[in-house]
Amino acid sequence: MPAYTAAALTFTTLTLASGFAQAKAPSLDDAAGRYDIDGSSKISFSVDQVGGGGISGSFGKFSGTFQLDGRDIRRSVVEFSLFPESVQTGEERIEKFLRSSAIFDTKTYPKIVFRSTKITQTSDDTAEIEGNLTAKGMTKTEHFTATLTKWNRRVISFHIQGGVYRTRYNMSTGTPIYSNIVQFDMVVNGQKH
Amino acid sequence: MLLNGHETFGWGTIILHWMIALLILGLIVLGFIMVRPDIDPELQFSLYQWHKSFGMTVLALSVIRVIWWLTNRHPASVKGLSPLEARSASAVHLLLLAMTIAVPLAGWAVASTSTLGIPTLVFNRVLVPHLPLRPSAEAEAFWTTTHALLAYGMGGLVVLHMVAAFHHEFIRRDGVLSRMIRGSLGKR
Ligand code: HEM
Ligand code: HEM
Repeated sequence: MPAYTAAALTFTTLTLASGFAQAKAPSLDDAAGRYDIDGSSKISFSVDQVGGGGISGSFGKFSGTFQLDGRDIRRSVVEFSLFPESVQTGEERIEKFLRSSAIFDTKTYPKIVFRSTKITQTSDDTAEIEGNLTAKGMTKTEHFTATLTKWNRRVISFHIQGGVYRTRYNMSTGTPIYSNIVQFDMVVNGQKH
Repeated sequence: MLLNGHETFGWGTIILHWMIALLILGLIVLGFIMVRPDIDPELQFSLYQWHKSFGMTVLALSVIRVIWWLTNRHPASVKGLSPLEARSASAVHLLLLAMTIAVPLAGWAVASTSTLGIPTLVFNRVLVPHLPLRPSAEAEAFWTTTHALLAYGMGGLVVLHMVAAFHHEFIRRDGVLSRMIRGSLGKR
């Protein structure tokens, strides 16, 4: 199934499911365009710890854009920057530790950047995002899965998930008490330009 | 001889005494260093975990030691001690014995009540559950102070105990230290 049809189907399904009266499916051309990632997005993460439980939190400061290509979804691009200084966990000492040289070293590396290199549609409303993640001076390829959760002419929302091995970015402090895998669970809302 | 004799310490007592003594002295130094606020945070995290691992090792050895102490004969004091000296030596030994349990227990309580909730994974291998205490900033502060006071208090007691041992060995020459080192071989 060509990406175009799939995307159109996605939007049909979504439109119907969300109970819009008009049955007319918006075309991917309508969704195409440039979006700014909006402050209402939620960038949450969690790290499991041995014996159950773990650390979970979110980042309050970030920015980014995505460019949806109307003709070929594979040519869409996502760019995202995260300011690890803004980490929140509900425990001040943990936040301080995460900002320190042991983990993010926010003084030297104030920004974490993700730039997609390949987007593959995996079903009606899901896609696989491959891209380069740069954190603490290291750049590695990572994968995230995106699910389209909301769409209208001005706003588009995705639920994006993925696991990142922190040891690849010189952030291994705390293993094996705390898992190597940082699980991201993000709601990314885009405002159309 | 493994067991204590009438006037001698057996290997069981000697090995336990020196293993625990060495670990505790190391833990006091380690504890003092790791709580310095200006230390590298990655190193600090790792020192805390070593501290908890060795501390738990001391607790385990100390429980064995108390059982050993309760089930073994206590050798008579060396000759030439006044009844007061003999009694104060026993009192210090009993207190030291109690401290080898109380200090790591208080440390365990720090880890258990801490709002950081960091698990105790002994030598990155054995998960030790938290004590059934409710974590809170107040409880953590209380146990941190208690643990520190007990640990440094025990440190003071050990110095006293050590000075006494050296005094007996080198001034009074009554063989107190040798009998805790060489066991029955140390008998003159
Ligand atoms: C944390 C450190 C230490 C602890 C908890 C400790 C504890 C004890 C205890 C409980 C006893 C009584 C033995 C028994 O009845 O089974 C004892 C005996 C003894 N300790 Fe220590 N000790 C420590 C360190 C030291 C040090 C550093 C020295 C010497 C430099 C020392 C020298 C001795 C000697 C010579 C005895 C034998 C006393 C006697 O003959 O009755 N101890 N110690
Ligand atoms: C005989 C065994 C132990 C000794 C001698 C010892 C000694 C010490 C000392 C001297 C300090 C520094 C106190 C200060 O200056 O504030 C300390 C801190 C600490 N100990 Fe222990 N400790 C022992 C066992 C343990 C155990 C078993 C645990 C936990 C499983 C533990 C957990 C801690 C923690 C978490 C701190 C830091 C408290 C803070 O953040 O201020 N300790 N210990």
